[in-house]
Amino acid sequence: MQKDNFKWNRKDLLGTYDLSKEEIIFLLDTAKSMEEVLNRDVKKVPTLRGKSCVTLFYEPSTRTRTSFELAGKTRSADTINISVSASSAVKGETILDSVKNIEAMSVDCVIIRHNNSGVPHFIARNTKLAVINAGDGSHEHPSQALLDLLTIRDYKGTIEGLNIAIVGDILHSRVARSNIFALKKLNNNVNLVGPKTFVPKDFEKFGANVFHNLEEGLSGVDVVMVLRLQKERMGKCFYPTEREYAKFFSVNRQSIKYAKEDAIIMHPGPVNRGLEISSDVLDGEKSVVLAQVTRGVAVRMAVLYTLLSGGRFEDSN
Amino acid sequence: MKIVINNATVVTSSGVFRKNILIKDCVISKISDSPISERGASFVINDKDLLVFPGFLDMHTHLREPGFEYKEDIETGLRSAHYGGFIGVAVMANTNPVNDCSTVTHFMICRAKETGIPVDLYPIGAITKGLNGETLVEMGELRSAGVVAFSDDGKSVTNSEILRRAFEYAETFNMPVICHSEESYLSKDGQINEGEISLLLGLKGIPREAEILGIYRDLTIAKLTGGAIHIAHVSTKEGVELIRKFKKEGLSVTCETCPQYFTLTEKEVLGYNTFAKINPPLRTEEDRLAVIEGLRDGTIDVIASDHAPHHLDEKNCEFQNASFGMIGLETMVPLCLELVRMGILDFKDLAEKLSRRPHRILNLNSPKIKEGEPANLTIIDPHFEWEVNEKTIHSKSINTPFLNKKLQGKAKYVIKGGEAFELF
Ligand SMILES: [Zn+2]
Repeated sequence: MQKDNFKWNRKDLLGTYDLSKEEIIFLLDTAKSMEEVLNRDVKKVPTLRGKSCVTLFYEPSTRTRTSFELAGKTRSADTINISVSASSAVKGETILDSVKNIEAMSVDCVIIRHNNSGVPHFIARNTKLAVINAGDGSHEHPSQALLDLLTIRDYKGTIEGLNIAIVGDILHSRVARSNIFALKKLNNNVNLVGPKTFVPKDFEKFGANVFHNLEEGLSGVDVVMVLRLQKERMGKCFYPTEREYAKFFSVNRQSIKYAKEDAIIMHPGPVNRGLEISSDVLDGEKSVVLAQVTRGVAVRMAVLYTLLSGGRFEDSN
Repeated sequence: MKIVINNATVVTSSGVFRKNILIKDCVISKISDSPISERGASFVINDKDLLVFPGFLDMHTHLREPGFEYKEDIETGLRSAHYGGFIGVAVMANTNPVNDCSTVTHFMICRAKETGIPVDLYPIGAITKGLNGETLVEMGELRSAGVVAFSDDGKSVTNSEILRRAFEYAETFNMPVICHSEESYLSKDGQINEGEISLLLGLKGIPREAEILGIYRDLTIAKLTGGAIHIAHVSTKEGVELIRKFKKEGLSVTCETCPQYFTLTEKEVLGYNTFAKINPPLRTEEDRLAVIEGLRDGTIDVIASDHAPHHLDEKNCEFQNASFGMIGLETMVPLCLELVRMGILDFKDLAEKLSRRPHRILNLNSPKIKEGEPANLTIIDPHFEWEVNEKTIHSKSINTPFLNKKLQGKAKYVIKGGEAFELF
């Protein structure tokens, strides 16, 4: 699947916006090979022995952090966790100082999550370390988009020319953005669905279609991605009540009928059951939510391996 | 002291002429068509490429002293103004303490005099105490102390009733009010212009409508009170259109824009460039062109810098936490000359927008290039190419999106108080 003349030459993974189609496919293919070898024979998976990563999380997240940690540890890389409450950030140390300190500890890679958009980009400009964006504000979450794409490809047999709906708070969602950028690069049709407060019309400028009701937005789609509703948005008048939101925008047994018969349902987690998605759909046969989690580790292994070893992973079998 | 300027292109209100000027004892004593004898002159300028303008005044500057001397102080700010070609600056009140009482006003004026830098400092008083938007300052007393206008710049007076009274009360003392026009609920927590780029970067946008509504509100209240108001840093197409409309209806309104708004667009923030984070934010290409049209047709009276120095630590950080503002005193001349090079303005227009209009709006005597008038001149080399960097900039801060860029044109001499100053 991989083109032989392709060469990876990025220091960082900051977002899908900057990635080319070839780079996206390369990472998906690398993740796939790793996953296959991993299932066959653990010893043959190339290691990152001697490499060390720091996860620097300014925002709580068990899922993404654990996924990166597991990806690193499986490849024998040393992984150190620094979280906002445990780090010096509370003492008023600037992010730049924290990163310079990490750099001085001869680390190879920093995996950063921050509640402000653009922080990984700022860090990347100011350090020699490889920087992996594990989610910045409302901006990007590239490893999540890659694992979503890998899941779609596994279930749909392709990751090009599909009809994909993303439902929920697109405006504040880094998962949505990274998915929109990546899916559009691979020539998919992307529908964004939600109240106008969450889906401003300007998203059409990225090649997506904007809908404000589920019937139109989910009509004939192969994939439905449901986003987590952040409850603090209610106080800021983005939606009046949870009850009303669920009534009009919840993906449930009824609204899922608008999608194709064989559509798959995705969610980046953690889920507000009964709010953005009903339990029967989440736990139903169309749901691939747990498959997403599994692929998360493979994708993050591929990202770490690609950035840290610089080379291509060849399956020796 | 005798200063001779021979073979210069002189920009006066009636046109642009090749003239020779003799300055004696602070006064322009002779303007002639034939060269003036350079014998006995203590300073001679003889360069046919230079342009002689009436001295420039920047009516929108933040000098940060008192309170924020780590960003800029009166001395470094005035030096920056001097090297930018200005003979005067009007400085905003958002210092700490705020310039809302005569003590602060006196302090600023005295500090400026102590520096010995040949730039006049004209303090602008706050409209409300501590910029709280609630209680009026003692405008009469502040005027006596030397304040030339009132402004809560940095924010808008949210309460329209208070703004109305401020306009009326300022009018009592024949003092202009400078409005930072912004509907602050709409712009709250915003980082950059709202639109495609704010969506792309995942940053909260400041809709253009925040400025448009602000300008409309301020103009409407000015119409009610009949007071003289000046709208600061216009950045939107509809803002320009509204001012054009109200001017046509006879309202006594003036306005300014800044070089950043006719030179740059919101694209400048791509890559989370904090140096391009300013308020009002850089807007769209359509807005930029409308601002240029406003300058061309005279709707926009003044070009001001909105010089807003910040320490590097306040810019070299997360975009969200970075301060708003950019320095502008030393990049003013080359960026304005660009308008002339593009054929949008001529040199006479520049003299209007950088010298005569700002002086008049602040009720100050505007320098004239006429025999018998005090010699306050800004002399420009329009061709000189230079790079904006730490070495060439005299401000204490270097926060500008033009950093490390090459610009064309620079003030070469300033003549003020009977003395000639060579700037490079
Ligand atoms: Zn302002």
